[in-house]
Amino acid sequence: MKMRMDILENQPVETKRDALLEGEQTLETVTHKVSSIVFEWNKHPRAWYVSLLVAFAFLGALTVGVAWLFYKGVGVWGINIPVGWGLAIVNFEWWMAIGQSLLLLSAGLLLMRQQWRKSISRILESTAIFAVMCAGIFPILHLGRPWVFYWLMPLGPNILGLWPQFRSPLVWDVFAMSTFMVVATLYWYMGLIPDIACLRDRTKNPTVQIITGVLALGWRGSARHWRRYQTAYYIVAGLCVAMTISAYSFVSFDFAMSIIPGWHSTFLPVFYVAGAIFEGVAIALTIIIPLRAWYGLQSYITDVHIDWLSKYLLGSNMVIVYGYFAEAFYTWYGGDKYEKLVLRNQMFGHYAPLFWIMMACNLIAPLILWSPRLRRNITIVFIVSIFVNLGMWLERFISLITSLSRSYIPSTWGFYTPSIWEIAVFIGSIGLFLFLMCLFVRFIPLMSLTELKTLLANDEGGKNHSR
Amino acid sequence: MAQVFKPSANHLARLSLLAFVIIPGGLVGAGIAVSRSPWNTNVNVPLNQPVPFSHEHHVNELGIDCRYCHKTVENSPYAGMPSTHTCMSCHSQVWTNSPLLKPVRESYKTGVPLVWNRVTSLPDFVYFDHSIHVRKGIGCDVCHGQVNHMNITFKAKTFFMAWCLKCHRDPAKFIRPKNQVFNMEYRYPPDQSTLGKELMISYHVHKNGLTDCSVCHR
Repeated sequence: MKMRMDILENQPVETKRDALLEGEQTLETVTHKVSSIVFEWNKHPRAWYVSLLVAFAFLGALTVGVAWLFYKGVGVWGINIPVGWGLAIVNFEWWMAIGQSLLLLSAGLLLMRQQWRKSISRILESTAIFAVMCAGIFPILHLGRPWVFYWLMPLGPNILGLWPQFRSPLVWDVFAMSTFMVVATLYWYMGLIPDIACLRDRTKNPTVQIITGVLALGWRGSARHWRRYQTAYYIVAGLCVAMTISAYSFVSFDFAMSIIPGWHSTFLPVFYVAGAIFEGVAIALTIIIPLRAWYGLQSYITDVHIDWLSKYLLGSNMVIVYGYFAEAFYTWYGGDKYEKLVLRNQMFGHYAPLFWIMMACNLIAPLILWSPRLRRNITIVFIVSIFVNLGMWLERFISLITSLSRSYIPSTWGFYTPSIWEIAVFIGSIGLFLFLMCLFVRFIPLMSLTELKTLLANDEGGKNHSR
Repeated sequence: MAQVFKPSANHLARLSLLAFVIIPGGLVGAGIAVSRSPWNTNVNVPLNQPVPFSHEHHVNELGIDCRYCHKTVENSPYAGMPSTHTCMSCHSQVWTNSPLLKPVRESYKTGVPLVWNRVTSLPDFVYFDHSIHVRKGIGCDVCHGQVNHMNITFKAKTFFMAWCLKCHRDPAKFIRPKNQVFNMEYRYPPDQSTLGKELMISYHVHKNGLTDCSVCHR
């Protein structure tokens, strides 16, 4: 890396409009801005308190929903034969996709040395971890006897005298999720170490000094530290990329391994990973846009970042569009009457309105972003991202429910309507996510100081790498 | 600024790495120990009963057959608990004024059955049939222990699924001649491995189906 003396002397680096870092920035201004959000806890914007309040209200719904579920059993949900998987699995996939794709995005962009990831990587990774924590509650809750969920882990020899059923995708989910949590947390924490050390050195509070001192693992910022750190960080990022792609493919195997029409496709893993990126980028926009407005981060997360995220949304959208058409084509070309029935039911059956809403959200709404002028209007990007979140949730609902409610024999056909308790748990999981995000913003530097400062070291404030 | 930590903190930091082994190991170990302890399984914990009935006295000392009281054990899923009438078939003649037997006489007079406390209880999702086990040469004491030596009855085995499977996976180790099922003092002969296989053939015990989920979870 090229070192410039003027940076080390805290001389302001001139930056240009539409750069990755705007305004007159020095090492000190960057550090101050990011660490002050953590240190000046009494200066959080009103939106933070409102979010926390909403989070607590939703967490209340989660508590009541889960308590009632544990007391009465899964019968309080709307699920039954033939639709044995309801909102729990829809939500599981939806949250899981957010987690996998955002970690993939953060690690993948690091490996490709994309400069624009630097100010948003922390938010992406935290969102990923929190989303998978939300996803994790659903497979446990949907078990008939959730308190013995650990039977899914290979804890032999146990008092059952049995190993879990390794042919069951439910067991694969356990492996996919636990691997994800380990690797993601490791990657996230590694990125945090120099930042925590920075907090340790800036705080005056002895208790905070001790806590951050322990968490910083004795980071001194020596050249040797940095060299090893960089190597290790890249290795873990490589692991993350491989792991997220395989782990989310596993989630699609929950469906692809079955013989239910509409699910039994080799195309599913690809479609799932692409769909996950589409959804993940959308949720990243949904989170980043308000966050940067509330905390005044426009100089750090600039319009260039939003523009890049929008382009990623468009790119993954094209794969999704291809996916929808390919699915329809395979169905027609394959000529299987059950597959055809599923497609016809999706488009014109009981759940058809949802299908067309989904098409509007996933196919039509993102088209707006093809226009550069509209893409730079933050409000429009935010609204589109909300539509995509909804669309991808519906996408999972439709593929799950339509196939199950109309499988092979007409005598096994049925309908599914989510009960209020399922909805309570879904809303509750959003509350859990919001709560974790509030804690994250309060306690953890929400942008990577280390990465931001390397932007200053580049000529023209990082502009040379932004295109 | 003063240093937050002393140099000795480095050793503590390295030592704390042990926590990654000790804490998960301890939690798993504690789980294993607690789930297998009598606190969870009730094994060897005598249970209070309305009448302090002694199997030691009735079976070992007096020589009453199991089936005198548990009379449906050979042809029903349930071994059956004796009615008060069965108790009174002897106790109308012996120990007629014993204060210990007062609840039995009360029950006989009023017609309200005695409420015994269940010693061995299987979960609702386990289907168990006494008669098939008795008919295929599984002795009482294999599951219930040496009840003939219990003063107050207690659970002798864990009744874990792993414990059931030990026999279902290899019945030859536990099967005995049918006429020895109610012999509480039965000792397996040294050639049990060959005898067991022969008995399995003659009693038509097919090992393959015995560990199907639906055998017990119907």
